[in-house]
This record gives sequence, C-alpha cells and structure tokens, in this order.
Amino acid sequence: MSELIIQIKEITKHFGNVEALRGVSLDVYKGEVVLIIGPSGSGKSTLLRCINRLEEYDSGQIIVDGIPLDSAQNINAVRREVGMVFQSFNLFAHMKVLENIILAQRIVRNRSRQEAEHVAQELLKKVGIPDKADAYPIQLSGGQQQRVAIARALAMNPKIMLFDEPTSALDPEMIKEVLDVMLDLAREGMTMVVVSHEMGFARAAAKRAILMDEGQIVEEATPEILFTNPSHERTKAFLSKVLH
Amino acid sequence: MNKQPLTSAAQKELAKIPGAEPQARMDPWWWLVALVAGLVVALVVFRPDPYRRILIFVADGIVVTILVTVVSFIFVLIFGLFGGLGRLSRNRIIYGFFTLYVEIIRGIPLLVQLIWWYYAFPIILQMIGLDITLIIPREFFAVSMAIMGLAICYGAYMSEIYRAGIQSIPKGQMEAARSLGMTSFQAMRYVVLPQAFRIILPPVGNEFIAMLKDSSLVSAVAVADLTRRGREFMAMSFLPLQTWIMVALLYLVMTLFAARIVGFIEKKTKFER
Repeated sequence: MSELIIQIKEITKHFGNVEALRGVSLDVYKGEVVLIIGPSGSGKSTLLRCINRLEEYDSGQIIVDGIPLDSAQNINAVRREVGMVFQSFNLFAHMKVLENIILAQRIVRNRSRQEAEHVAQELLKKVGIPDKADAYPIQLSGGQQQRVAIARALAMNPKIMLFDEPTSALDPEMIKEVLDVMLDLAREGMTMVVVSHEMGFARAAAKRAILMDEGQIVEEATPEILFTNPSHERTKAFLSKVLH
Repeated sequence: MNKQPLTSAAQKELAKIPGAEPQARMDPWWWLVALVAGLVVALVVFRPDPYRRILIFVADGIVVTILVTVVSFIFVLIFGLFGGLGRLSRNRIIYGFFTLYVEIIRGIPLLVQLIWWYYAFPIILQMIGLDITLIIPREFFAVSMAIMGLAICYGAYMSEIYRAGIQSIPKGQMEAARSLGMTSFQAMRYVVLPQAFRIILPPVGNEFIAMLKDSSLVSAVAVADLTRRGREFMAMSFLPLQTWIMVALLYLVMTLFAARIVGFIEKKTKFER
C-alpha cells in the first residue's frame, strides 16, 4: 500500500454526557476511498468532522499529511489540504456560483482573479454545470448545489476530500448526478472519506467500508463483504434496516 | 440590454437576482413624502409670515440635526459591530465586557445619558487632571458629547441587532468557509457578515429613524438642533402653534424620506436563501 495520509489514534469526544467517540483509530492511505456507515448518532459524522477539526476532540491524536492537528496554525494548514462536502451543501447564499468557487482561492490561496476564475470554470465543466456560473445557489436544484459545493472544495486542490452524507438531502433522481462526480474523483485517485449509505457507490469506488456504532468502529471490511456477509451481529442488524 | 419581451418564467428567474428586476416599481409611499414636503413648501410660499421666517430661522438647526444623526450613526454601526461580535465571543472577558456595556446602557434613559456626558463627564476628566478643551475645542464640546452619548447608547441596542443577525446565519456557512481554510476573521468578513447585514437592514433602518427623532433630546444639552432652534423661535416670536407645526413637519419629511431610502436599499440588496 502507498503512504499513510490520515492517522487517527484513539480519538475520544463527548457532547455533554454523551460519548460521541470512544477511542476510534483509523488509518487512511493515499488514493484510498473509505466509506463509513452506521446508525444516526453512531459518531460517524463527528469522526469525519474531527479530521479537519470542525469538531474538537477530547483526547487522542490525528495527523493529516504529516501535520498533527494541535495548533491553530496547523489546523488551518490541514484545512487547506482537506476539502469537505456537507449534507446541506452550505453554498454561500449571497454569492453567485462562480464567486462561491473563487472566494477561497483568492483569499486563502492568493490566486489572481483571472486564475481563480479559470479554475472555477474548468471545475464547473468537470461537474457538468458550466452554464450555471452566474446563478445564485437558490436558483439551483439540490444536486446542482451539491456539485457546486464539490467544485468549490476541489478548487483548493485538496489532497483529501471528506463527504458528510452528501446525498442524504437530495431527491432520488439527483443522487446519481452527485455520485457520478464522486466516482470520477475516486477514479482519478483522490483520497476520500465518505459518510454515506450509498451501497452502489461503495461497491464501485471504495476498497474499505467501516461500520460505526456508539462511537466505536464495529467492523471493517471490503464493501462487498460488509454489505453481504458481515461478521458482527450489530452490522447485520443495522444492514437489515438499511437494505431493502 | 435585451429588448425582447421576457417570458414570465424568465421574469421570475430574473426577479430572484438582486437588482435584476426588469422595472422596480416605484414605492407608493414616496407620495406621502412628496405630500408632506409639498405641505411645507405650500406653507412657506402661501403663508410666508410666519412660516418662511420659521424655516429660515431653524434652517441651521436642520443641518445640525442631520449632522448629529449621521455622524452618530456611523459610530453606532461600528460600536454595534464590535458589541455584537463581543457578545458572541467565546472569550469570557470580552463577552463580559460587552454584555455589561449593553446591560448598563439599556437601563438608563437616553436623556439622562446625554446630560451625564455633558455635565458629569467633564468633572470626572477634571478630577483626573485632563483638560478636555485641549482635545475638543470649546465650541464643539456640546455637539461632541451629544454625538458620543447618542452613539454609545444606540450602539448598545445595535449590538443586539448585529448579534441576532449573525446568529441567524446558519452555522454551516461558517463551517464551509472554515473548511476551505479561511480564518475565522475571513469567514466573518466575506461570508457571514455580508449575509447578516442584509438580514439586519430593516431593524438597522428603524434604528436610524428612531435616532433621527431621539436626536431632538440633544437640544437639552446646549446643541442648537432643530428642536432647540424651534424653542428659541417660539420664545422670540410667541407663535407656539405655527412654530411647532413647522418643526413637526420638518421632522416628518426627514423621517419619511429616510424610511423610503431604507426601503430602497432593502430592495436592492435582497437575496433569497
């Protein structure tokens, strides 16, 4: 296997008296697609959000691309290398699509307006909506918004992409257009950690799937095995509810 | 420009884009502004005695009222921003300081605050051996204290408006900005505040109009604003009825006009979420 890009060591996290993460460890290698599944409240989103420190953890250590997440400076350095896509898209509502993709390139990457615009146009082509550059987020469908959100994250040339239930807020007919973009990314060798229950995507793109429950990793296997022939009772129980 | 008639679907599409409405319809309330202004003009033209005399006498007061209001309001916008951010700070000292500011100021009547800055504050400065006239020339002292009093008072109320506006922006906006590597300052500056400003515009406009009216209180602390000039004219002419009709109409023209301007800016900056 190639080099290690995310190291998560014994992470714990609590919200009030709820233990969200109870000592989770996970290694992700460069170019890998890792899928995380699990019931709501199992800590999968929290784990993902710890990787770019949108969530602080109580103990343990996370090292991303050789940078430990321990100082404000390092956190910003890591965030520049890690793109994130949210369930609710979170496009900047007051900006046109193009400006959404340009903003961080300009003020974080210090690119010229011209260069940033060029990158944005190319990425809009890549995600299949080059004609929406001048639209406001509200004018787009959910699937289009999510694709813009992916383009916005990619514009920063991240080494890692995190997806937090990217298709959960979408109508069924829009899920495919987003998953297709994600599949393309996976094929290009992007390192991806994806919280999602999209089995089709997992089978096509992921080498590893992880089931989390009650703040712990219960089982880890290839998607094929995890979905069809899991070894843990907890996994079986969960899958029986998800797969119909 | 595209001269072809727009389909209704295209119009609907355009209407969602700020400033792209094919023809922004004129706000009908402009007629009220015109009506009141017309009334003032009619009084001055057809009853020059005493209305023209009154207007000429209080004209410098109008300038002072506008000046005090506009200058104070610029400070209010700045104080409100710091106050609002301070009230949202996770730093306990900053939070405590701005909360104390808001709580104290909101609990004291504006007139008392203005009197305090004008009469009491200089004594404190004297006690610590500071000569205020070195910083502010004597002739500007009253108006400076009035502007400071208004700005500090309204700044406290404005803090709460800013705070509510910032809090109304979904957390995901900040998270998305931070996940792109922006510092919290950049995220505030480019993502959260521009959206918050649009949301708080109506209450901010209301504050401006309220302050325009409350600026009449500065007449109690030796500032020759519209109200004070009106009082002086009344004392001189013994025409209370005509004087205060004119003064009231002049305030009304200003507040109605300001309300229309606020409405116009609101329309221009509207965006849908």
